[in-house]
Amino acid sequence: MTEIIESKIWVFIEQRQGRMAEVGLEILGKAAELGLSIGSKVAGVLVGSSLASLSDQVLSYGVDEVLVADNPLLTDYCNQAYVKVLEQAVSAWQPEILLLGATAMGTDLAPRLAARLRTGLSAHCIDLHLTAEGELLSVVPGWGGNVMARVSCPRTRPQVATVMPGVFSLPDATEARGRKISVETLIEPADITYRTVEVKREEAPKGGLETAEVVVAGGWGVGTKADWRYIEELALVLNAAVGATRPPVDEGWAEEKQMIGQSGRTIRPRLYIGVGISGHMHHLVGLKDPELIVAINGDPNAAIFDHCHLALVGDFKEIVPALIEKIKSYSSAQ
Amino acid sequence: MRTIVCIKPVPDSKHWNRLALDPKTKTLVRKGIPGTINPLDRNALELALSLRDEHGGEVLVVSMAPPDAISVLNEALAMGADRAILLSDMAFAGGDTLATAYVLSAGIEKLGQFDLVVCGDQTIDGGTAQVSAQVAEFLDVPNLMHVTAVDVTPAASWLVRSHIEHGYVVVEIKPPMVLSVLKEINEPRYVTLMNILEAEKKETQIWSSSDLELKEPWLGLNGSPTCMVDLFVPEKKGRAEILQGGPREQAAELADRLHRSGFC
Repeated sequence: MTEIIESKIWVFIEQRQGRMAEVGLEILGKAAELGLSIGSKVAGVLVGSSLASLSDQVLSYGVDEVLVADNPLLTDYCNQAYVKVLEQAVSAWQPEILLLGATAMGTDLAPRLAARLRTGLSAHCIDLHLTAEGELLSVVPGWGGNVMARVSCPRTRPQVATVMPGVFSLPDATEARGRKISVETLIEPADITYRTVEVKREEAPKGGLETAEVVVAGGWGVGTKADWRYIEELALVLNAAVGATRPPVDEGWAEEKQMIGQSGRTIRPRLYIGVGISGHMHHLVGLKDPELIVAINGDPNAAIFDHCHLALVGDFKEIVPALIEKIKSYSSAQ
Repeated sequence: MRTIVCIKPVPDSKHWNRLALDPKTKTLVRKGIPGTINPLDRNALELALSLRDEHGGEVLVVSMAPPDAISVLNEALAMGADRAILLSDMAFAGGDTLATAYVLSAGIEKLGQFDLVVCGDQTIDGGTAQVSAQVAEFLDVPNLMHVTAVDVTPAASWLVRSHIEHGYVVVEIKPPMVLSVLKEINEPRYVTLMNILEAEKKETQIWSSSDLELKEPWLGLNGSPTCMVDLFVPEKKGRAEILQGGPREQAAELADRLHRSGFC
């Protein structure tokens, strides 16, 4: 790897079976901002096989360089093979910062890689800053999001962090101006320590939570599976996606993919209506800058009332049907 | 089959309302909050116990924690683990995930050969979900995270299912390995009074740094590449505007505002 690479900030662009995870591009947007402040270029890093068209796509997001580790042995994700390739590239070119999405793959790859490089890793970051000296400060939720920590990695390089999907917005595609650099992959079949036999992927529902303009979410206070229909009916009249906190998912009223928060999804709707939600931080950290947060809860002391714009205090079983009726009257008047 | 389960004692989340941030030291005050087994570690232990029930062998539990974590390890013994080892030494204090994984892997190495090391996918306090993969790296064995099913086939390789976004992956993998599990994998068993009485007869050992082969610069704060700069409580958006009136009035007011904002 004799070629000179100028980027000191690297972003791992996750792909599985040729499909890119959006979080990689989201982080590229933030990385460009960080790069400006320390005068560094930004590289996207692709690992896999047959990556030509994907690397073109990454270039169209304004990266200065895209590092491509393309090898048939990397077709299916295997952490030890990926770690080996990334370790070699990092050792050769010594980036200051390496960012990955906090996805199933990123949260598996990053700790093993950080341990191999004997460097520090901040997990599930919800924000990133740089100090005047160019040191990365990662904001990391702990204790279910009730407490945030700022974490640094003062003595070792690279500074590695995984970033929660959805916390940074997707940058606009621009004209490609960067260059592709091929990464040497010195791997052998023996580096593949497990073999993928099946990948089952359900299509993400169209108009899903992450992209919904309006989200109606229910919590433990909804009480029963039968009463969950109030949430779904309200969502229906508002053309909204349905979200949930953890208890409704555990109770089987809602599906896991509907869970919003630290261990679920990050959403950025314009309007969020939370029903029967007490407002624990591990749910609220999944809520990114809505224009309007409305909470309906019977408990006037519910914590969510400290985190919303409009509060409706009362029995949701009376409020929600009245709300649905009124909303319907507007649509029928049009 | 020989399985080692890594357990983390965590403050019981039922008492988290008593957590406070010391405004001077910016550290978390967790005084008086009882400890318990990290919830997902119960699923890890359940996997180990059910594999032992089916295939024979033994289940060992390992934890790196202060000495008072013995009571939490006793819970694991009551669930059915055969033996518990607590890795405890002032030299381990303040370790981040890398330093913790290093000590755990040294403890596991001292226990000798194993087929499987199991961890919960993440803890409820730190929640970094990093230790299992880092233990595997130190032990130089393969690892899988986010595991939702394990099928021990008669062949040398096992089939293990891991959760990914909108789906799952099944891989074929040979022991020894490290797995970290999600809640969906099983329902941890209940502990009976009889189990608790039986657990009292089981052995718990405490190993300090002198019992393990360790490189001192890799331990505790010195061996931790990450450093917590500060802690803070997320900002409140401020008290909400409370809509007045009964349910119907409040609903009508909200619908009106949503209508004016173009939401309906």
